[in-house]
Amino acid sequence: MDKIKLATVWLDGCSGCHMSFLDMDEQLLALADAITLVYSPLVDFKEFPPDVDVTLVEGAVSSEEDLHKIQMIRQRTKLLVSLGDCAITGNVPSMRNPFGPEAILERAYLEDGLINPVIPTVNVPPLLKTVQPVHTVVPVDVFVPGCPPPAGVIYEAVAALTEGRTPNLHGLTRFGK
Amino acid sequence: MNSNVVTLSINGKEVSGRDDETILELALENGIQIPRLCYLEGLSIVGACRLCMVEVLGAKGLIAACATRITEGMVVQTDSERLAEYRRSILEMLFAEGFHVCSVCVANGHCELQTQAAHAGIDHIDLPYLYPRRKVDASHRLFGLDANRCILCTRCVRVCSEIEGARTWSVSGRGIEAHIISDFATPWGESTTCTSCGKCVQVCPTGALFMKGASTAELEKRTDFLSWITAMREQR
Amino acid sequence: MLSDELKRITGHELEERQPLKHRLHVCMGTGCISAGSDRVKTALETELRVMNLDGTYAVTTGGCRGLCAAGPLVAIDGDTNIAQRVTTENVPELVQRMTDLPDSLRLPTEMPFFRNQKKVVLEYSGNLDPNRIDDYITAGGYTALNHALTEMTPAQTVDEIMRSGLRGRGGAGYPTGLKWQTVAKAHGERKFVICNGDEGDPGAFMDRSVMEDYPFKVLEGVTIAGYAIGAQQGYLYVRAEYPLAVKRLKSAIRQAEKIGLLGSNIGGTPFSFNIDVRLGAGAFVCGEETALIASIEGKRGHPRPRPPYPAARGLWGCPTLINNVETFSSIAPIIRQGADWFAGIGTEKSKGTKVFALSGRVNYTGLIEVPMGTTLREIVFEIGGGIPDGRQFKAIQTGGPSGGCIPAEFLDTPVDYESLAALGSIMGSGGMIVMDDTSCMVDVARYFMEFCKTESCGKCAPCRIGTAQMHDLLTIITAGQATLEDLERLEKLCDMVRSTSLCGLGQSAPNPVISTLRYFRHEYVSHIVDHHCPAGVCSALSQPQEAAE
Repeated sequence: MDKIKLATVWLDGCSGCHMSFLDMDEQLLALADAITLVYSPLVDFKEFPPDVDVTLVEGAVSSEEDLHKIQMIRQRTKLLVSLGDCAITGNVPSMRNPFGPEAILERAYLEDGLINPVIPTVNVPPLLKTVQPVHTVVPVDVFVPGCPPPAGVIYEAVAALTEGRTPNLHGLTRFGK
Repeated sequence: MNSNVVTLSINGKEVSGRDDETILELALENGIQIPRLCYLEGLSIVGACRLCMVEVLGAKGLIAACATRITEGMVVQTDSERLAEYRRSILEMLFAEGFHVCSVCVANGHCELQTQAAHAGIDHIDLPYLYPRRKVDASHRLFGLDANRCILCTRCVRVCSEIEGARTWSVSGRGIEAHIISDFATPWGESTTCTSCGKCVQVCPTGALFMKGASTAELEKRTDFLSWITAMREQR
Repeated sequence: MLSDELKRITGHELEERQPLKHRLHVCMGTGCISAGSDRVKTALETELRVMNLDGTYAVTTGGCRGLCAAGPLVAIDGDTNIAQRVTTENVPELVQRMTDLPDSLRLPTEMPFFRNQKKVVLEYSGNLDPNRIDDYITAGGYTALNHALTEMTPAQTVDEIMRSGLRGRGGAGYPTGLKWQTVAKAHGERKFVICNGDEGDPGAFMDRSVMEDYPFKVLEGVTIAGYAIGAQQGYLYVRAEYPLAVKRLKSAIRQAEKIGLLGSNIGGTPFSFNIDVRLGAGAFVCGEETALIASIEGKRGHPRPRPPYPAARGLWGCPTLINNVETFSSIAPIIRQGADWFAGIGTEKSKGTKVFALSGRVNYTGLIEVPMGTTLREIVFEIGGGIPDGRQFKAIQTGGPSGGCIPAEFLDTPVDYESLAALGSIMGSGGMIVMDDTSCMVDVARYFMEFCKTESCGKCAPCRIGTAQMHDLLTIITAGQATLEDLERLEKLCDMVRSTSLCGLGQSAPNPVISTLRYFRHEYVSHIVDHHCPAGVCSALSQPQEAAE
């Protein structure tokens, strides 16, 4: 059987989902036989390759960069997996939504008694008006809730996809797990 | 009290109960779970969350199991693909209405909304989030109210008026603007009616009402006091 | 004896009128008042005094004649000689040519608007002074109550209503007699009658007009109901936005009490009955019977699950009969002229007549009463005089925010409860809004959904959140920002909200969307796929060719 090409990306999140992924411990070895990791913050590939089989997305869509990235990834991926609550619900990043990005930037960069209070504009992507779950901007095929999803659940999801099954996570995880 | 024993069928199983019982009560007695959020044994029935809707053969529409008494020969179905879809839809709407960030909520892991969603197999919310900007009232010495987590089940309103007798809580506003207020929409901490008994906190199904000092996922709520109080009242 | 008293009052009234040559009924309904009829009335009185005619001509406060578009209206003696669009300027001309009105003033009363109506609820056609019980009694008022009290048992009264085939005019069409019988048979030390005057549909003003013009007829109906079901107390629940109706009803109650038509031992019989007015504070949901009852009890106007129905457990837990204003106004005519007469009007399943408030894009807007079974075409094109400005008829909206839009191909449908329901709309309380090709059906649906969202009480989750979500979806469709998946979401929400909401408000809130999707789906698709609003209403989208030129 051909190995499936797996990518993982990190949008607006805390990297906890990636940590949980690594927490799979010896199950990683089992996965390694079935996948080739072609793009990930865990490895050093610069370009997101075309024709990826499965992409795990951690994090919400918060900035214009996130938006462009996820749209590009969607085009190059057969199955897109929203991994964790940030990708699925917006979670903690979306807590700024009722206030708007300006208020948040002011609070973080101007009001907190910094030595040089200025809102950064160079080399940082502009924030979107509201933080969005991934599936509101591109179609998502599989949802793996949890904050972070337990390692075993991630394993089950990825393993199922490598075997061509639809993952059945009912009862294994939930929002906030 | 005069009541007769009636026999009916729930999910194809023949069951019997007193005719002053509701479908929900009889189902629970027989180990049949029906999803619910506003219902709580010991409090009056409001039929507001609509999760306990069931199919009754011959009825014009769906029936709220919590608010409907059983009758002889009733044929009740508590679970079907249609009901499951409606329940998922209602739960999704509740998630989209307020602002439920499970990962940082005091009730994470002990939240009835979260549990119901997990049971219903909800793994994402398809409807747009409404992102309301609701208040957090931390003025009370012991407790707090985060209205973003409120699902308007009105258990707090009922326990406060029916069990504690303080009538601190009520509902203000209409439609999507409806919300819980203490006294005349004054801060909870300044309430002249609140006895600080904490019953509202215990019956609240989510983290909307919480105990100060409880951290994420620490707040486990206990509603068993209700059955003690109601049992003692009945004996008196 | 009640009949002697009624005869005495009638005799006295006729004697008073003896020296009068003509009586001028100035319409003092809300429509005509807003067009200046109160000033016209004062001017008429002054003019007659100046001309020294005030001994032989009487100016009286009249009721609504239905054709609000032609107001202010002044009727001379009766239904055939009516002056329209009267102003303070043309009052002298009116007085001079009273029996031979110039064409500029004469209302063509032979027009289909008047000819094709049949009046039962509005039987006095605005010829009564709503402030005077003597006027009502002289026109035959209270003979029905007298007849019921002296010649019928309560059971016979219920039976008469049952046989008449009258159905609830509030919208749902539940058989009135059956409801009366249920309450009559219910066990309870106290029973109540409630008249639901919380009319709230946009574009509906039937009940307002009936309460303003015929307050005594409403009281008579409610009193007969009290006798039939064994109640001692009645409540008129009227929305506070109807100050004139409230004023006239309160005055009517005082007058009826004064001559013993309300109070203890009415007409010397053992039957005692009182009526009070209760004001609604403007919540649409309080038209729903359980919310209305909560409101009378002084609680927040929230509906509760039924059963138990109010007939078993209503006001303060007592068996309660609750009917709408128009239903109660049909009672006296039925008792007076008999169930068979009433049952002879209308269709097989929908008996009698129905009052409609005709508004929107139609030449003659106003209040009409037609036999059940009259076709929509007759209402729009004959009575209503068709569509103005040479535009095309597009749809007629019935039943307000709980109803639906019926397109042109069903114009020949006879209006009755069943046929309107089969078309995905409802009879409703009687609002009829005519729309032409300048109306965007998505925008219409959005408008009604906004109404339901604002008026949802917030108690049950499906209605509270569902109406808000549906309104948001309709808004992005009209803004051209929606996808076909959004349309699918909208349809799913419609089904869920309809099936799971607690009360009629939520259960029927999706109807305007469902019915416009049923007949005008192409307009939704056009908004979504082509970013085009065919009617040229939605400004964010491209406009139709002719508008762009």
